[in-house]
Amino acid sequence: MCGMGASFDRGLIEDFGRWRTFSAGMWAWVLHKVTGWVLAGYLFAHLAVLSTAIPASSNPEAIAANADLYTRTIQGLEGILLVRVLEIGLLAAAVFHMVNGIRLLLVDLGIGLERQAEGFYVSIVVTVLVTLVSVPVFLPPEVVPF
Amino acid sequence: MARPRSRFESGSVAWFLQRVTAVVLLFVLAFHFLWLHFVNHAADVTLWGSALRMDQLVYFIGMVVFLVTAVYHALNGIYNALLNWGLSGRARQVSFWVFAVVGVVAIVQGIRIAFAMAGVVTQ
Repeated sequence: MCGMGASFDRGLIEDFGRWRTFSAGMWAWVLHKVTGWVLAGYLFAHLAVLSTAIPASSNPEAIAANADLYTRTIQGLEGILLVRVLEIGLLAAAVFHMVNGIRLLLVDLGIGLERQAEGFYVSIVVTVLVTLVSVPVFLPPEVVPF
Repeated sequence: MARPRSRFESGSVAWFLQRVTAVVLLFVLAFHFLWLHFVNHAADVTLWGSALRMDQLVYFIGMVVFLVTAVYHALNGIYNALLNWGLSGRARQVSFWVFAVVGVVAIVQGIRIAFAMAGVVTQ
C-alpha cells in the first residue's frame, strides 16, 4: 500500500487485462463503457435509417399506401429475426447504461457511496428483468405466440 | 499528491454537461422505449404514423432535445474515453474537431429528418 500523499503507479487506466482482479465497481465501469460504445454506434445507424424519411416524404401516394422508402426500410429490417434479437440486446445495453448511470450520478453527488457495489447488482437485476419482459414485445408473434 | 485517475476531470464543463445530458436522456430515452417499442411497435412503423407524431409541437421539441442530448452525450463520452486511453497533443486537437463536426452534422441531419416527417402531414 502507498503511504499518505505518496503517488504510485496505478498502471494504464484502460487496462482491461486486469479483469481477474476486478471488483463490482470496476465491472460496472467496464460494462458502462462497452454499452456506451454500442449505444453511440447505434445512434448513428439509427439516424441513417431514419434519413430515408427525407426522400420518402415527397411521395404522398406511396405514403398513403404505406409503400414509401421509410416504411419499407423499417418494416423490411423488422422482418429480419436477427434484427429483432439485436434490438433486445440494444434494449439491454440501454437499460443497463441508464440504471448504472443513475448509480454513477448518485456516486457523483456523494449519495450511498458505501453501497455503490450493491447499486451495480441492482443495475444487473433491473436489466435482466426488463430484457426478459421485452422478449415477447420485441420478437415477432410467430416466434413468441403470447 | 496522486495524479488524477482520469483525465476526464471532475468539475470541468464537459464533465458537468455529460451529467446534465444524462439526466435529460434518462427521461426522453425511457419515453422513447416505452412509446415506440412497448406501446407502439417498431414493426408497425409507417411514415404516416411517424409524421402524425412529429406533427405535434411538443413531440417535435422533445425529439430535437433527444437528438441534441444523445449526440452530445455519445460523442463527449467517446471523446473522453479516448482521453483516458491516452489521447493527447495534436491527435487530441484533431479528434476534438472531428467529433465537433460529426456532432453538428448529426444534429443538422436529425433536424432535417424531423422537418421531413412533420412536413408530410401538412403537405
